[in-house]
Amino acid sequence: MAASNESALLFDQPGPRMRKRIRVINWIAAIVFLAVLVLILVRLYNPPDGENQLSWELWKPALDGEAWSDFYLPGLWATLRATFLAVIGAVVFGLLFGIGRLIPNVVVRNVCAVVIEFCRAVPVLIMMIFFWRAFAFLDLPSPAYWSVVISLVLYNGSVVAELVRSGVGNLPNGQHEAAVALGLTRTQSLMSVEVPQAIYAMLPAAVTQLVVVLKDTALGSIIMYTDLLQESRRLGSMYFDILQTLVVAAVIYFIVCWLLSRLAEWLPSHMQKRTLAPTEAEPVAPIAIMDPSNANQIAVAREERPLGGAQRTYHVHHRGSNASIHNWRRTRYAQGFDETQPESQIQVHHRGMGHTDQDSGHSRFPYPRKGKGKRK
Amino acid sequence: MDGFLSLFQSYNVPAAFLVNLELTFWSAIFSAILGIILVVMRISPISSMRRVAAGYVELFKNMPLTIIMVFMVLGVFAQLKISFSDNFDTNFFWLAVVGLSLYTAAFVCESLRSGINTVPLGQAEAARAMGLNFMQSATLIIMPQALRGSVAPLGNTLIALLKNSTVAAAASVATETSSLMSEMIEFRPDVIVQIFLIFAFGYVILIIPIGVLTTYLSNKLAVRR
Amino acid sequence: MVRTTTLRRVCRGVVAALCATACVVSVAACGSASGSSDHTIKVGIKFDQPGLGFKKSGTYEGFDVDVARYIANQLGYTDAEIEFKEAPSKQREAMLQNGDVDMILASYSITDERKKAVDFAGPYFVAGQDLLIRSNEKGITGPQDLNGKRLCSVTGSTSAKVVKEKFAKEVQLMEQPGYAECATALLSGIVDAVTTDDIILAGLAAASRGKLKVVGKPFTQEYYGVGIKKDADSKEFATKINDAIEEMIKTGEWERAIETNTKGTGYRPDPKYNPPTPDEGE
Repeated sequence: MAASNESALLFDQPGPRMRKRIRVINWIAAIVFLAVLVLILVRLYNPPDGENQLSWELWKPALDGEAWSDFYLPGLWATLRATFLAVIGAVVFGLLFGIGRLIPNVVVRNVCAVVIEFCRAVPVLIMMIFFWRAFAFLDLPSPAYWSVVISLVLYNGSVVAELVRSGVGNLPNGQHEAAVALGLTRTQSLMSVEVPQAIYAMLPAAVTQLVVVLKDTALGSIIMYTDLLQESRRLGSMYFDILQTLVVAAVIYFIVCWLLSRLAEWLPSHMQKRTLAPTEAEPVAPIAIMDPSNANQIAVAREERPLGGAQRTYHVHHRGSNASIHNWRRTRYAQGFDETQPESQIQVHHRGMGHTDQDSGHSRFPYPRKGKGKRK
Repeated sequence: MDGFLSLFQSYNVPAAFLVNLELTFWSAIFSAILGIILVVMRISPISSMRRVAAGYVELFKNMPLTIIMVFMVLGVFAQLKISFSDNFDTNFFWLAVVGLSLYTAAFVCESLRSGINTVPLGQAEAARAMGLNFMQSATLIIMPQALRGSVAPLGNTLIALLKNSTVAAAASVATETSSLMSEMIEFRPDVIVQIFLIFAFGYVILIIPIGVLTTYLSNKLAVRR
Repeated sequence: MVRTTTLRRVCRGVVAALCATACVVSVAACGSASGSSDHTIKVGIKFDQPGLGFKKSGTYEGFDVDVARYIANQLGYTDAEIEFKEAPSKQREAMLQNGDVDMILASYSITDERKKAVDFAGPYFVAGQDLLIRSNEKGITGPQDLNGKRLCSVTGSTSAKVVKEKFAKEVQLMEQPGYAECATALLSGIVDAVTTDDIILAGLAAASRGKLKVVGKPFTQEYYGVGIKKDADSKEFATKINDAIEEMIKTGEWERAIETNTKGTGYRPDPKYNPPTPDEGE
């Protein structure tokens, strides 16, 4: 019954009278919920026109062994196969273009930017239909399968590319500075210091994206890819119990997606050990062109560094607030960073080792780091 | 170039985009309303409300939109006999709007919740100290700030909604872009790349202003702390 | 030092992921290329049309399947040597052209448009566009009765447009991805009729346990042919197939196949055109 942390702050702990009232409301809610459920079931049991949708005659063929072995499991396998391949492809695509968007060469950077923004803006279904028909014209084998995979790789790859970029942007400056101090070039520091950590940082968000990929494979059924949804439709066309088979498919989708979501929630704490960037998944995966929720990180990652490093001393991580900072240096002052109240902005964690701006009263390193003793 | 011109002459591409924009417009309104209700339920002191809202979000976040759309037609319309109009076109349009709204509301709720997380604790504490009850502090103090703080994720949700409106094809809306695109490819397979580019750039053109507007608004509306 | 090892591990992880992709891609590529051993025949059918071509319990059933089996047997293949593949409507030409299948029996109407891309043998059946209605429906005896009624057809098919343009201007159309959705909608009463080729409708009626029936007055003719690849010896191949179909009709096997696949619906193929004379492509 304990209120969750975030909501406990919004209201006083209920007293005896309030508790009683809450109990009453809970009961009313339960009754309303049940009533709606019963109403729907009655409607399904005895529809004004047509047949009883709850009869065992319709449910049995949707649930028996043959349905599982011939339809749901092959369909689920097709769905998972496409998901798996699309995710691997998306990570490879995302790494290539995400890094491409960060390296100093202007031409490469802009080409990568255009490709990423294009892929993020085009609806997946439009891409799928195009690739499906194009592959069929080009006489490629299993056009539906490859069009599902390629479309999902392009869209989700562009999302992963943004994750790579924000992962690099979220790293504390010390990482890049240390790499420069060791004599690495900008690109070397990116490839051997920043990107590897960004990969760990983006893993939880990438798992969240896995759920998106799995859900989007269901679009494949529109282009006749024999995934779980399509197979359940087929089974339903045998006994006219398509509603029942769709319910079973929906339950399977939900369970698989829900398990993946739980994994995405569990991962951050485990990934935090391996990177200095924050590993919490963004509340909403970045989808938009010029995605403002990443704008400040991106602005920092893109920043010119006149001396090859060491100048982001005043950078503040605007996590949580979506105050976007293209021109972060100016905005920082506009936002009125209060030096006397560092906790209003970021959490200070002084580490044992030397920190470039320890004496400035705040740290640019806002995230609690686990496994403190490890790094020497 | 001739290919593009003849395509525009024989098919009404803007009309198809208009259908998608209408779907997006209505779904945005309804999902915003439902999303706000859900998020208030989610942070309310009443445990059953919290649970219903959390269950709703969990359910719709983990369910493919395609299945929801199919259910709107085969379940809600065919079995539960909930219908909006005797005219099939109007009926399927609104069924698709309901499906999109139900799905998007879960994401609106999540976006708003991330906005609530940006409201400093002191604001809620101050509201309570002034003797405001939950509804008062939620509607007067927390939500206005949360809304401004969640402009960016809400903009993302709107863009996703516009792109998702193509899935209305699964709910028998035969006049929207993805259906028109299939039809055009069917009859003009020789210009398939041009057809794709028309629709792809149509979406790019629609989505860039939303992205720019979102960035502008989230800058302008951000609560300066 | 610790840093270097972690880095190396990351790099190794990335390399491993890349390798995995490569492997999956190559395996998939191999999977589709292999399996063309000498003595099998690959037949493209529908997997999702009960009564015509339907995949069930690892076997296939339906009228198209029975005809395909008979033809293959006559060509000297045993049942075990027939490999059935799914041939969705929009991929049939491509599948024949790149040799995915040797022949296609998937409600494939012979049209001049298609003859430019592929060759046909047959026809083995003459279907006609018809209506599927509820068994207790009295008001619909043909497409002209559909004014003000609701009609369901499959997305991208032209059959509903034919009804709207030629017979009933006031009909309301619903498009669904498959015939099963249409039949479910018909059962639940939100549409009044489903339209497509009569043999497909008969298959649906057979699966409906007597709740649906075919009107039985086909108003178009569709000549179902056996699609084969256009090449030098397609004429010879077509002749062999046509002989097999003729044989099938003569022995009564053809009629039995129709009866078993539309059992309980009282369906009779249009007697004016059936059984057809297979002379296409010779």
